[in-house]
Amino acid sequence: MALTIKGAADPGLIALPWHQPLERWPAETIAALPRGLSRHVVRFVRHGEKILAIKETSADLALREFSLLRDLQRRGAPTVIPLAIVKGRESSDGEDLEAALVTAHLQFSLPYRALFSQSLRTETVVRFIDALAVLLVRLHLLGFYWGDVSLSNALFRRDAAEFTAYLVDAETGELHPTLTDGQRSHDLDLARTNILGEMFDLEAQEVLHESVEPLAVADRLDERYRELWETLTETETFTSNIPLRIAERVEALNRLGFDIGELDMNQTDDGQAIVIRPKVVDAGHHARRLMRLTGLDVQENQARRLLNDLDEYRCCLSDPGDDEGYVAHRWLTTVFEPTVRAVPREHRSKLEPAQIFHEVLDHRWFLAQAAGHDVPMEVAVASYIKHILPERPDEKALLGPSIEEMTAELPALTAEIASRSPVPDFEGDNTAGWGHADDVPEDEPEEGSVEESGPPQDKPRPVERKTTRRPAPKRAVPKPPAPKPTALKD
Amino acid sequence: MATVTYDHATRIYPGTDRPAVDQLDIKIEDGEFLVLVGPSGCGKSTSLRMLAGLEDIDEGSIWVGDRDVTRVQPKDRDIAMVFQSYALYPHMSVADNMGFALKIAGISKPEIAERVEAAAKILDLTEYLGRKPRALSGGQRQRVAMGRAIVRQPQVFLMDEPLSNLDAKLRVQTRTQIAALQRRLGTTTVYVTHDQIEALTMGDRIAVLKDGILQQIGTPREMFDFPENVFVAGFIGSPTMNIGTYQVFDGAAQVGRARIPLTRDTIAALKEEDKNTIILGFRPEALDRSTANAEGAIPIDVEAVEELGSDAYVYGSIPNEFGASEEFHFAAGEAQIIVRIDPRDVPKKGDTMWVTIRKDEQHAFSTATGERLTGATKHRRSSKKK
Repeated sequence: MALTIKGAADPGLIALPWHQPLERWPAETIAALPRGLSRHVVRFVRHGEKILAIKETSADLALREFSLLRDLQRRGAPTVIPLAIVKGRESSDGEDLEAALVTAHLQFSLPYRALFSQSLRTETVVRFIDALAVLLVRLHLLGFYWGDVSLSNALFRRDAAEFTAYLVDAETGELHPTLTDGQRSHDLDLARTNILGEMFDLEAQEVLHESVEPLAVADRLDERYRELWETLTETETFTSNIPLRIAERVEALNRLGFDIGELDMNQTDDGQAIVIRPKVVDAGHHARRLMRLTGLDVQENQARRLLNDLDEYRCCLSDPGDDEGYVAHRWLTTVFEPTVRAVPREHRSKLEPAQIFHEVLDHRWFLAQAAGHDVPMEVAVASYIKHILPERPDEKALLGPSIEEMTAELPALTAEIASRSPVPDFEGDNTAGWGHADDVPEDEPEEGSVEESGPPQDKPRPVERKTTRRPAPKRAVPKPPAPKPTALKD
Repeated sequence: MATVTYDHATRIYPGTDRPAVDQLDIKIEDGEFLVLVGPSGCGKSTSLRMLAGLEDIDEGSIWVGDRDVTRVQPKDRDIAMVFQSYALYPHMSVADNMGFALKIAGISKPEIAERVEAAAKILDLTEYLGRKPRALSGGQRQRVAMGRAIVRQPQVFLMDEPLSNLDAKLRVQTRTQIAALQRRLGTTTVYVTHDQIEALTMGDRIAVLKDGILQQIGTPREMFDFPENVFVAGFIGSPTMNIGTYQVFDGAAQVGRARIPLTRDTIAALKEEDKNTIILGFRPEALDRSTANAEGAIPIDVEAVEELGSDAYVYGSIPNEFGASEEFHFAAGEAQIIVRIDPRDVPKKGDTMWVTIRKDEQHAFSTATGERLTGATKHRRSSKKK
């Protein structure tokens, strides 16, 4: 059979060494990325600018998974991007080789194993689980039954102070018009078992922090999923003030990052009340709003953070009569873009631009706390780039050696960082664009020792606001397992 | 251990009119290995998932033992889906890989150890319990995955095309292992496949489904010897049965130049709707070579000969001058007939050979309904209630 490649319009794919089993591909094509747990041979391959994830499997399964991933992409699900299937592979001595599924490696994504392979705090574990719960709810809303929910089968991307999970392995999945309660509850059951297995495995590898309780972690997914599912889909009955009640419900869902696409409203038989139930719920409320206003395509929590900053900018620094779109454009060109552009080239593959912006906002908050008053954006940017960013590992195409650092709590300016000697002037310092690089405090203050650091010098500032928002509060650690309801509520 | 009963269980997907599974009525005995088989879209997987709790049951009910599980959540049905995932954890021992999930159920450590040892013994994994999965062969890893289901000691095992991802050789090996293991464990098992050979070799009984409707249920022998309708006749057996529609004259079917006598019962069972036609089926191995003038000798124009060593198959056609065969249902191709012959005496392509159908090895079906006309009615849907 002749080699066939279906999918992406990428002629370069044909040049890859398909006549060799993936396991024997030459070292120079293989990207040094950690492999997850997989039933199949999966390797990450350098391909021009991109990194591809290639999985060897049977032709039928490859085609099935490829189509499923494409369908999910079309429906806006967070998944890896399917690129191609390769069939008809033959070794140089004429032996048939397995078909291959090619997906694009998600930039800035982190497999849980890479993050866990150093001692990991409970807060971070909890964030992974929460992200996985959101992913599972989103997939279930789209009618996707996963069949093998696990941390291994997802990838995680930083999303402001949280993580967003992406589906990686759809091999066992199925798309249905809607899922039955049985399908959802079976997925949850599999998730618990798999997460428990993954936790025990990390424990056996002696990389799980002793404070992490595997059973509690596995149970947390179940709890988070049920909470979110119920909030999104529960039926409510109102007897009065119906427009207000509906507006409240819409707002509650918006706060969670969801939009109601369709709402079922039914009068009760006696005509005394209205029963409402969201029928179509779409994730990405904030991401869509930000996209509409600025054209920025970022993840949900990042969008939420950026929008907060934009809203603040709008109320404090713009004319109340200005059009929202106009203000957004000004914010983009005078706040967001200068911040992102200030990042020296060599640090650009460390984090996504929106994530850097988020971290600068956090950093600014800490600086303001230390100074006892607001700190202008350009000072925060310069300080962040000088003191924080150089310490961060490259995450664009993971993974640098220092996993400990990657799992470090993001917003905190810890005592450790504060005690370090100042970072010397760095090459490619673009912060001069702001004109105030000399405002950068040389040593960063410790959290809690606010008075020690003097206020930044008073110079003209293009961007200054009265308030500086706090970063998101820290998460609670998982509670011991509570007795669970036996059935899923509709 | 438990029986499993589908009691007129029906699944209608939202937005569709035709049930995906229509009034399924099967009683599976305690310890039995039942195979659900049929072409894609026949409802076999849906039937299994109804039992697993993944599909709603819109009408009727499903029972495990004397417990109605129709509305019970999957994890509370005491049923294990086997081979859902092969993921083994690399840093955990084989024993831990098999037993860890029991901790969710709050089972004590000594009991987990006990169950793991028992399962390992059955799976021939005892000496590997302390090792890591990487030290195991592919087959052994698969058995560890199976062990994970066994230690749960469920009432019923469910398997949905577990071999479909394996290569041909491993498929045959694993097929034998699963069947042997099931017999040793004695756990009621429902197994879904599209492959009738898998069904025939593994099942205590086979249930053939088509378009959501149970066509026939019986032992492999019953299914093979007494198919209840044309569909089952064509589905079970490899190479497939030769099936054609023929005119009936004077108590005989006109097959090419040959007259195949029909029994008095068969003639009596024909109805007006059949319009003097009949569907006859005869397996490739139910034909004997004969001389041209033997009674009921059917001429066959040889188009190809396939020699397999122990057997040889002739692919040919029946010349058409007298009595046309209006419709053939052969896997080999339209209007083609397959004959198994002695591999030491094969005709050449282009020859004409004559065959007769062995007595009692022809199957007669109604043209109007496709149902079997005579014989073996005692097997007809033998397990159906009422």
